[in-house]
Amino acid sequence: MIKRSSPLNGFLFAGTLTVLVALPALAQQAGDKPAGPPAPADASKPLPSLQPSPTTVPGRPDIPNAEVVKQLRNVAPLPFGASPDKLPVPQLKLPKGFKIEVYASGIPNARSLRLGDKGTVFVSNRVLDKVYAIIDKNGKRETKVIASGLDRPNGLAFHKGTLYIAEGTKISKLDNIEDNLENPPKPTVIYGDFLNHQSHGWKFMALGPDNKLYVNVGSPCNICEPPATNGQIRRINLDGSGAEVVARGVRNSVGFDWHPVTKELYFTDNGRDWLSEDLPEDELNRVTKIGQHFGFPYCHQGTFTDRELGWGRSCDEFEKPVALLGPHSAALGMRFYTGKMFPSQYQNAIFIARHGSWNRTKKIGGDVIVVKLNKDGSVKSWEPFLTGFLHNNEYSGRPVDVQVMKDGSLLVSDDHAGAVYRVSYGSAKMATR
Amino acid sequence: MLSAVRKAHPTRSKICRSAKTLIMAMLSVVAAAFFLFAALPTGADTLEGRLVACLACHGAKGQSEIPTVPSLGGQPALYLTIQLLMFREKLRAVEPMTQMLQGVKDDELRGMAAYLAKLPPPEPPGDTVDPARMERARALIEQQRCNFCHQRDYSGGDNVPRLAGQREDYLVKALQEYKNNTRRGYDAAMADVLYLISDEQILDLAYFLARLH
Repeated sequence: MIKRSSPLNGFLFAGTLTVLVALPALAQQAGDKPAGPPAPADASKPLPSLQPSPTTVPGRPDIPNAEVVKQLRNVAPLPFGASPDKLPVPQLKLPKGFKIEVYASGIPNARSLRLGDKGTVFVSNRVLDKVYAIIDKNGKRETKVIASGLDRPNGLAFHKGTLYIAEGTKISKLDNIEDNLENPPKPTVIYGDFLNHQSHGWKFMALGPDNKLYVNVGSPCNICEPPATNGQIRRINLDGSGAEVVARGVRNSVGFDWHPVTKELYFTDNGRDWLSEDLPEDELNRVTKIGQHFGFPYCHQGTFTDRELGWGRSCDEFEKPVALLGPHSAALGMRFYTGKMFPSQYQNAIFIARHGSWNRTKKIGGDVIVVKLNKDGSVKSWEPFLTGFLHNNEYSGRPVDVQVMKDGSLLVSDDHAGAVYRVSYGSAKMATR
Repeated sequence: MLSAVRKAHPTRSKICRSAKTLIMAMLSVVAAAFFLFAALPTGADTLEGRLVACLACHGAKGQSEIPTVPSLGGQPALYLTIQLLMFREKLRAVEPMTQMLQGVKDDELRGMAAYLAKLPPPEPPGDTVDPARMERARALIEQQRCNFCHQRDYSGGDNVPRLAGQREDYLVKALQEYKNNTRRGYDAAMADVLYLISDEQILDLAYFLARLH
């Protein structure tokens, strides 16, 4: 396992203190059924004011310093796409020989990227309701809405002319979409066996080498015992039949892809919030056998058990991550690089978009990293690739997904500024604007 | 309505009367909004015209006098902008808001939000406060860390709304809708928190927040 730092000692000390303080609450929580509604409190009997209650949001610590608390507020995606001149391109940094340009702007909440057979780039939304198509017409690029009124349509997959869209509670499809961009049909639902939950209710989706749709079904909470239907990656046939669990113990994966040679599934997973500034780290995982369990909610980052739900458990029961990607860094979309444009050291490496932390006073991430693998599929190293979105603890953009293009360039989506960027190498021509 | 719910043994007729009053009030709000909107064919497509329609229900001084219609004074501009956008895009389907915002441009949404955010924050009701209930709610609200996002004084900020002095009936409605997944948040933060809050506790939270200055 690759680790960049080891803040475990500090955590153990802080964790001991927290556990001692939180002990009465834990005692009361034991035996609660997390998925079911709690028994209504008796409103006629006032609760003593300092008594922890079993309804406390699991995992939220008491942070007495209001100034510190202020820095831990969730970062809201901007509701409108920034105009091209406001995009942070001049501040962005890449390794020598690479350059970056704006591929498309004015796409509010630009999330997952997917490439059609005829070169159309599809872009999804999470907090908004649309799917966009970026169309290249003789070097002139045009962006249009191809579906709207959707429910958190974060996940996109493409197969033989059909675009598949994963919404909050269903998967639908648009047949022959690239020939109907001017007059797109209404999406047809193919699958809908999902619970309706807001927390981690949006879905990432991708087409596997077995031509099945893989979709994450997130845990409906920060930290809880998820219902048996959740906390997993699932695969289904293209007609919606044959649903099967591929990976369990997944908190919320918002990115996965398959090794170009071994065809093994690698996925990112976002670690729980409110445990510590430095723990747990987000994970890169590798599925070597269908149905493996990756630890949530009992074990985090393969190294320690949860302070509430981990008692009686051991991390040895679960698959360990192949790399740790930084605490709260929000490692999301990822692709193996199989293009011809970048230098050979990037062949079969993984590019991962880190959305950037919110549950940390000193923000980290908000970049694209590159993970290099050994021949046996284990992780050799990882390093930042595209940086410069984070200045003075504020984001000017937040990468969500990456997409390798046919010419070997790499697209990066940004749901904060509402844009898609294009990274290219060497003397490769800049794409026409 | 709320007082009827809170009393230990409300009579059936009392509940019916309260419900009828509420329904009548809600109908008149919708009617008034449509009337105003229709009556301002020239003004309604200017910022001023739109704001007249907003203030007719939400209160010219930032304080709503209409049941379940929120006060908007002192709300953060970004929160208001996002809610207006969500109505326009039908991510929140609430009439007459969704209808009134069709075709309104992004800049106009920003303009409306900026104006409304500058109205004075609402004043709490001047009733006699039940100290036991306030204390019970305060304990709950501190346990739930509501102040993490809404600030210690519940004035909100950025995408997080002001809660202090908000109408109690609106707060109950909003919290219930978050809890039962009928109100979609811009992000999932509220659904996450309300997962473990009971209906009784929602009434206490709303009672407390509505009485904060």
